[in-house]
Amino acid sequence: MFDKKELEQIKKEKEEWMKEYYDPLIAKHPERKKRFENLSNTEIKQLYTPEDIAHLDFFKDIGFPGNHPFLRGVHATMHRGRLWTMRQFAGFGSAEETNQRYKYLLDHGETGLSVAFDYPTLYGYDTDHPMSRGEFGKCGVAISSLKDMEILFDGIPIDKITTSMTINGPAPIVWAFYIANAENRGISKDAIGGTIQNDILKEYIAQKSYIFPPEPSMRLIVDTFEYGSKYVPRWNTISISGYHIREAGSTAVQELAFTVGDGIEYVKWAMERGLNIDDFAPRLSFFFNAHNDFFEEIAKYRAARRIWAKELKKLGAKKPRSMLMRFHTQTAGCSLTAQQPEINIVRVTIQALAAILGGTQSLHTNSMDEALALPSEKAVRIALRTQQIIAEESGVTDTIDPLGGSYYVEWLTNEMEEQTYRYWDRVEKLGGVLSAIEKGFYQREIAAAAYKYQKEIDTNKRIIVGVNDYKTEETVDIPILKMDEKGEERQIKRLNKLKKDRNNQKVQRNLDVLRKIAEGNGNMMPAILDCVHSYATLGETCQVLRDVFGEYEEPAIY
Amino acid sequence: MVERKIRVLVAKPGLDGHDRGAKIVARALRDAGMEVIYTGLHQTADMIVEAAIQEDVDVVGLSLLSGAHMTLFVDVAKLLKKKGLGEVLIIGGGIIPEEDVPKLQKEGISAVFGPGTPTEKIVEYIEQNVKR
Repeated sequence: MFDKKELEQIKKEKEEWMKEYYDPLIAKHPERKKRFENLSNTEIKQLYTPEDIAHLDFFKDIGFPGNHPFLRGVHATMHRGRLWTMRQFAGFGSAEETNQRYKYLLDHGETGLSVAFDYPTLYGYDTDHPMSRGEFGKCGVAISSLKDMEILFDGIPIDKITTSMTINGPAPIVWAFYIANAENRGISKDAIGGTIQNDILKEYIAQKSYIFPPEPSMRLIVDTFEYGSKYVPRWNTISISGYHIREAGSTAVQELAFTVGDGIEYVKWAMERGLNIDDFAPRLSFFFNAHNDFFEEIAKYRAARRIWAKELKKLGAKKPRSMLMRFHTQTAGCSLTAQQPEINIVRVTIQALAAILGGTQSLHTNSMDEALALPSEKAVRIALRTQQIIAEESGVTDTIDPLGGSYYVEWLTNEMEEQTYRYWDRVEKLGGVLSAIEKGFYQREIAAAAYKYQKEIDTNKRIIVGVNDYKTEETVDIPILKMDEKGEERQIKRLNKLKKDRNNQKVQRNLDVLRKIAEGNGNMMPAILDCVHSYATLGETCQVLRDVFGEYEEPAIY
Repeated sequence: MVERKIRVLVAKPGLDGHDRGAKIVARALRDAGMEVIYTGLHQTADMIVEAAIQEDVDVVGLSLLSGAHMTLFVDVAKLLKKKGLGEVLIIGGGIIPEEDVPKLQKEGISAVFGPGTPTEKIVEYIEQNVKR
């Protein structure tokens, strides 16, 4: 990017600067650490100059926003045109309680919804299943049927607002609840917008709420790609997620490498089915974590966009829209401390700023009390206000990709990209993504990184304010969210009534049709929608698929 | 005579898939010289107690971040007692509100370790409180 003569002069003058200024100074006053490194253990130098990015080509590697390789952002105007969607992940207790929380958030300026489901729902069990014991509404809302979905979105304009749903194993069924609810309200499928997470690979790798073995799971996902591109064109049929990989303890580089690698795996499976890449790729979306190392996170998002654009082009995509990576970000839950919870507001602010400077399309900011329990209303409001302050007061949205061209950020972006390709080589040698999962490769890599990080904290090599330094002896005074104790009872009553009132013959017929298709190789989405419309429950519908596909069990590695 | 190593079962009851903490604790206990058995995910109380019997453990460590600890930890503690394993030291960890800790202790979960706990604190606690 610089001419040869200029580079040589920079190199020479830097050497002189080292000799005359830097070296004598550190001889007298050593730096605070022997080695500076980021959260991926990459060594960071004291200073970056044009030398460090001399091998980059402005047009090929950096370029302009809204243009390949989309390093600088996916839209030509980015946050000058439209702010990111402020989308707070929320859900607890019964559909009624969560509906109230959504209305509260929308009243306070939230611009998109994001549903957290409870564990039974995530595993495709109804509230009355024995495995649901103790879990009703605990870390999300319980949705066992279309009836619950109707209550969840009662009074919310789902034709205007987009909804993201964190659901994976039973994603096609829960998506069908949403579609069916819209149809029953007179809103057609092509008018609704939102996202289903639907990313099973990272479930095996990190988050662990899988149901079926990998192959039928991949088939279900490709079914949703195919169905969505034909009938629900404004829906993101997957949110390929690094968030949970990072929360499970990975480094930023692992998060980047494993997530984008998963994305390519999905593309390959869909192409193998015969789908046209330019039909489904525009609806693939991503989801990343925003952790503590500010510049590393920004470089991660930028690298992700560039790698995705390059790889999709290689895979044959023609439309620019297929090659641009849109992503949601959530600040790192695992970085929150139970000690001095109020200071989490500061952590979240720094993390949110990284996501915004990294060009995110939507953002969830965590609440200060989430290392203790589900967030209270006040804590959620402060988290949302954090985004609004960055958007309205800080000025960081006034220009596009303000860190583009920074010697350090461009060098780090490139470095993370190279490390990603090195990880992919290792996965390739293991026989690809599914084989690497079966061999426990990702699980071991993540567990090792998590243990190393913890050891660094235990030995004070890494300081976490309030945890291993700057401690204060004070009792935590944060109000804890209380849930309606009658919620579970009400939910079970509703289930029982539903099973009595519906046309049970029709339900059975629809479930039988689904079973036939699952046993064959047709697209299961239409049959799932029929089941759901006739008020078959989540548990009943999922059980059919469990019968046909079996369940996945992971080897317990630590 | 060689002293028998402390045997610990690290268990994940219920549907919660957050296993980062459980795995870190399992490794830390192993590195501290204990014999560690990790159950893996999605364990019922029956499965955990059965494993505790089979493996003849001195300690059961339960990890849960879903909020269902008041039900699932207590299920395990009760069943251990019922099966005659009242001597086994039970500890827990996860996202557990302060106000639940005394209630869990009353049910036999002797200590609860929340986020930010140094692993050596857990090692120390086990070494000092294991009954055998």
